[in-house]
Amino acid sequence: MIYVYILVMAVVTYLIRAVPLTVFQKKIENKYIKSFLYYVPYACLTAMTFPAILYATNGVWSAVAGLVVAIALSLFNRSLTTVALAASVTVFIVEWFFY
Amino acid sequence: MSEFKCGLKDSIPIALGYLSVSFSFGILAIKEGLNVIQAGLTSLTNVTSAGQFAGLGIMVAGGTILEMILTQFIINLRYALMSLSMSQKLSEKTKFWHRLVIAFTQTDEVFAVAMAHNKSLTLKYMLGLQLPSIAGWTIGTVAGAIAGNLLPASVCTALGIALYGMFVAIVVPQAKKSRPVMIVVLIALVLSCIIYYVPEFSFVSSGISIIICTIAASAVGAWLFPRDEKEQVEE
Repeated sequence: MIYVYILVMAVVTYLIRAVPLTVFQKKIENKYIKSFLYYVPYACLTAMTFPAILYATNGVWSAVAGLVVAIALSLFNRSLTTVALAASVTVFIVEWFFY
Repeated sequence: MSEFKCGLKDSIPIALGYLSVSFSFGILAIKEGLNVIQAGLTSLTNVTSAGQFAGLGIMVAGGTILEMILTQFIINLRYALMSLSMSQKLSEKTKFWHRLVIAFTQTDEVFAVAMAHNKSLTLKYMLGLQLPSIAGWTIGTVAGAIAGNLLPASVCTALGIALYGMFVAIVVPQAKKSRPVMIVVLIALVLSCIIYYVPEFSFVSSGISIIICTIAASAVGAWLFPRDEKEQVEE
């Protein structure tokens, strides 16, 4: 069953990428549709992160610490890798001392 | 420098970044009950962080195929926009099957680098850019999946937050720059928490919740703050 899920994911994801690149050659003109698509990644990533991030570790407080560090570094435009690793290290340290 | 080599050179930061981020996906996949082959195959055939992450949740929860299709469609809808704008940057002579190949690795990072390239995009350049990205993403996943069994639990738990950290790193800088994005983000955040915490909505699965929050917040954003070509219209 896992392989069916993986196949479905791959096909759907590929079609989304391939169809516009091959079929639709004209630019989207409707500014509302363009705007909607522009906002999608930010809304989507936020909905996936909250509140799930709070329960991704062994306790809410280590997750909060990781989240705060991630937001702080992001405000200074650090790279994705830096932010991701810093959040992980923070969680590790907090859980090392307090759990 | 040949187009292919030029692509290879540009791919280095992407491939390195993917190695570390997909490592945590591999760890998570094992923790949620997938085996190494399933985790690696997911990354090799999908090459997308957010979609795989959400897909993993649906697999583990035994969600329906329809739920999987809808979630992937909504989460990855942004790739349609990227492919659309990239189609304008391909040389006019680009063959149909070249387009089919280029489409496979349309990711946020590949798109960003490709669009910053100062020439029309060719299949050779795109392959140079994409092959190391796919390799980094898949190898990192497999390494994480294998190491997940060897590393102490405390390290795996800590790395479990890495993907969320990456999402934060994508959203926050843009929200800082743009008030409309900030508002869209806040709407999605509040809505997601309401669906999660209010007992009346406990029947809504996490996949469906993501779809609802994404569509609602993006639609409100498009309605209140439709964007002009270059600048956002503030109302």
